[in-house]
Amino acid sequence: MVFEKKEYWRWKEYNWKNPDTDWRKANIITAGVDVGSVSSQAVIMCDGELYAYSTMRTGSNSPNSALNAINWAMESTGLSLDDIHFKVGTGYGRVNIPFADKAITEIACHARGANYMYGPTVRTILDMGGQDCKAIHCDEKGKVTSFLMNDKCAAGTGRGMEVFADLLNISIEEVGDRSLQVEKEPEPVSSTCVVFAKSEAIALLRSGWSTEKVLAAYCLAMARRVVSLIERNGMELDFAITGGIAKNDGVVSRIEKEMGVKALKPKHDTQIAGALGAALFAKALVEKSGEK
Amino acid sequence: MIANYGYKDGAGEFFISIDTEKCASCVEKPCVKACPEQIFYIYEDDYDDEVVGVRDKSRNQLQYICAPCKPSTGEPKLTCTEACTSGAIKHSW
Repeated sequence: MVFEKKEYWRWKEYNWKNPDTDWRKANIITAGVDVGSVSSQAVIMCDGELYAYSTMRTGSNSPNSALNAINWAMESTGLSLDDIHFKVGTGYGRVNIPFADKAITEIACHARGANYMYGPTVRTILDMGGQDCKAIHCDEKGKVTSFLMNDKCAAGTGRGMEVFADLLNISIEEVGDRSLQVEKEPEPVSSTCVVFAKSEAIALLRSGWSTEKVLAAYCLAMARRVVSLIERNGMELDFAITGGIAKNDGVVSRIEKEMGVKALKPKHDTQIAGALGAALFAKALVEKSGEK
Repeated sequence: MIANYGYKDGAGEFFISIDTEKCASCVEKPCVKACPEQIFYIYEDDYDDEVVGVRDKSRNQLQYICAPCKPSTGEPKLTCTEACTSGAIKHSW
């Protein structure tokens, strides 16, 4: 008998395209590819409007991850790489994207993407990525005015949440809701380090804590960790959260409570913000070159 | 843009902030040579300005790398902030 362990950390990988858009009628077609440490996204835009995207797990090879992501975004569209006028790479793996015409940092791309997703009123962006967390300020055009990044430890990152989902045998997409099913908010886990927080969680379970209570304690610790980053960089409204953790209501609602502000509600998948910003940069570069 | 390089951990906040607008206006960028630990480098940022940044390998160890320049008593005169005539560099600790 083979024991197969369910992968509770596994989040939804999918692609999407706008059925109402015909890329053949577009003047400028651009793409942004965000190869992050945990997930990769590709976004294709037609004349600055979202046309298609994909989101999937990053493999061990950045060039292949980038290619897989863009191929999946182009699936069943009839598009080929040659049809795309400009491609911008971003994220940790941005320098290893062979088909990209330019690489731009994920900080600038997330600000630009958030400006598109949430509108020009957004000033403070919290990007909760797979293995880092960034607090970004931007102006009304999505240009970064200040930033601060934590990539020293996994506290406050998506990978940390994946570890907890696996530890507690809870699907990562349920973690947020389950963490809110507590009568009283517990004290946060004392350690921000994922390794130590994991052993602390095991001790709490053994002492009789429910799974929901442990999740609440971890989500609260994560929220407090990232709130300290936002406070260091300053909070200016409107406030938005991007990245995978933005889909976790357990963390988002606790950040909102700790900060005393409400985050803007996203219109698109929050994980594509970086790739979206990259595609917008690509459009601006095509226009600047005067070729279109 | 204020670019904050560094980290916050149990020991405190260790950030070097660089005001890239002030930095871009400085042609010589003497801070790069002034730092005895060579933590600074020159790059073109996303908005096409030539500015100074903190190297990736250094930014998560600033507490230790910058320690020799920071006396435990008295007002420290850091070689980087002294060299930066445009006043673009600030330390948080």
